[in-house]
Amino acid sequence: MSDHDLPLVLGIETSCDETGVGIVRGCELLGESVASSVDQHVRFGGVVPEVASRAHLEAMTPTVRRALDSAGVGLADIDAVAVTAGPGLAGALLVGVSAAKAYAMALDKPLYGVNHLVGHVAVDQLEHGPLPKPAIALLVSGGHTSLLLVNDLATDVVSLGDTVDDAAGEAYDKVARLLELPYPGGPPIDRAAQQGDPKTIRFPRGKWGDGTYDFSFSGLKTAVARHVEDADRRGEPLVVADIAAAFQEAVVDVLTRKAVDACVEYGVSTLVISGGVAANSALRTLAGQRCREAGITLRVPRPRLCTDNGAMIAALGAEVVAAGLPPSSLDLATDTSLPVESPLAR
Amino acid sequence: MLLLAFDTATPAVTAAIGESGGDGAFTLRASASSVDARRHGELLSPTIRRLTAEAGVALADLDAVAVGIGPGPYTGLRVGLATAHALADALGVPCHGVATLDALAFATGRTGPFTAMTDARRKEVFWARYDDRLTRVGEIAVARPAELDTGGLPLVGDGARMYADVFGEAAGAPGPLHPDAAALAELALYRLHRGEPLPSPEPLYLRRPDAVVPGAPKKVRQWVK
Repeated sequence: MSDHDLPLVLGIETSCDETGVGIVRGCELLGESVASSVDQHVRFGGVVPEVASRAHLEAMTPTVRRALDSAGVGLADIDAVAVTAGPGLAGALLVGVSAAKAYAMALDKPLYGVNHLVGHVAVDQLEHGPLPKPAIALLVSGGHTSLLLVNDLATDVVSLGDTVDDAAGEAYDKVARLLELPYPGGPPIDRAAQQGDPKTIRFPRGKWGDGTYDFSFSGLKTAVARHVEDADRRGEPLVVADIAAAFQEAVVDVLTRKAVDACVEYGVSTLVISGGVAANSALRTLAGQRCREAGITLRVPRPRLCTDNGAMIAALGAEVVAAGLPPSSLDLATDTSLPVESPLAR
Repeated sequence: MLLLAFDTATPAVTAAIGESGGDGAFTLRASASSVDARRHGELLSPTIRRLTAEAGVALADLDAVAVGIGPGPYTGLRVGLATAHALADALGVPCHGVATLDALAFATGRTGPFTAMTDARRKEVFWARYDDRLTRVGEIAVARPAELDTGGLPLVGDGARMYADVFGEAAGAPGPLHPDAAALAELALYRLHRGEPLPSPEPLYLRRPDAVVPGAPKKVRQWVK
């Protein structure tokens, strides 16, 4: 089957604060559009679910139209509709799922409720082609920190480890607030860290060498808070760049170490890093270095595809269709904690 | 004109297909309602599909979509609106809004003044006053039952029933507890036939999102940036 015979999949993503729509055929991204409500959340220092849900409703159909226009196709050309069924914010997910059902029903095309986390891995295929089987994937974002063994995107994803408390991106947001840097915390901490010396302070590496692939970042956040309080009490200067660099090094050190360890233990030669935090320069640099040393191929999608978007959902939808899995029914429910082992929701 | 109407702004998920002839006469082709406050997202689309089969029409035959715009609990409300926006977009037909309380009021068939109210949660009700089933007086508002001056008018809707202890006998007025999409469809077609405006299909929230802007850091620190 040539690429042109593959189904054209419309993907809809509304699990957090981005309304994303993507149009994908096989491993080819034809067009996409994202409307973000992040600006409305800044003053609250985090995503406010009701604000996000309201923004999704306003943005939904206009974003579909922009994605179709950018792909140069019409709704009548769509062969299947994929949508994030979970995990994510309940009210936010429900807007996308409701719209996706309506599009599928009106177009008389199959509906596929898919997993947001697996979508983050599938999106890499749009940039680097089919993913070797198996692959290890590290997902790092404001809501998730997961290490996955991906035997097959559509049918066989195994969770190796997860954060036991804060997500990595959440730790960035909390530390940024502590350092009086803006929300979201990733970019300003990354920028500040580039001017700092990570060796001036030694912050703890949570769950380091504990024999699991789990992560913990809440102790690190507390350690940064304690450092700031202590230094302030002693009247020592609080060098933002150094604190940011030392914090960032603690995060990326443990993330990359565990990801590479998993590749070695499972004899896997490809590591995918995705999610919003995959845009972080220190993570990219250290992961690149450690993968080279271990003979592992590192794949990181471009930043626009790492953050939440509709193309990732269309990409996973295309995989699910190709695997011949049955469509979801119209009574598909959202699942705020859909396990990563379910690429396709019931 | 063939119209699909639905409302998810109350515990009810209600949908209907109705038709108006050249003379404006209304025919109900199919309708269904179920009350399950937690499953709007699961119930609405299968209900619509069932109704089209029952009425023997295809979605592509529709001339317009009308949706209840609330007010009502937000998560359920958005299920109806997101569905309506996407359906109308995909079918290339107009999407109209109808205030949920207006549909409820229309269904009472009343010819004299009354007040309609639905549950707004948090010990409040969404309410509006009507001169008759077609004529709302003023805007829809949200209020605590005890602070609401109902002027001794009959009260209809589940908001009145829930706070019967506050409202007393007036809350026992006969009438529907929840909106019915059959009435919503008829009201929308009535207005469209007469060339009267319908609201745009945007949600009536009537409250701001609950969110607190964090305070400034307690302590002023000397940062080296």
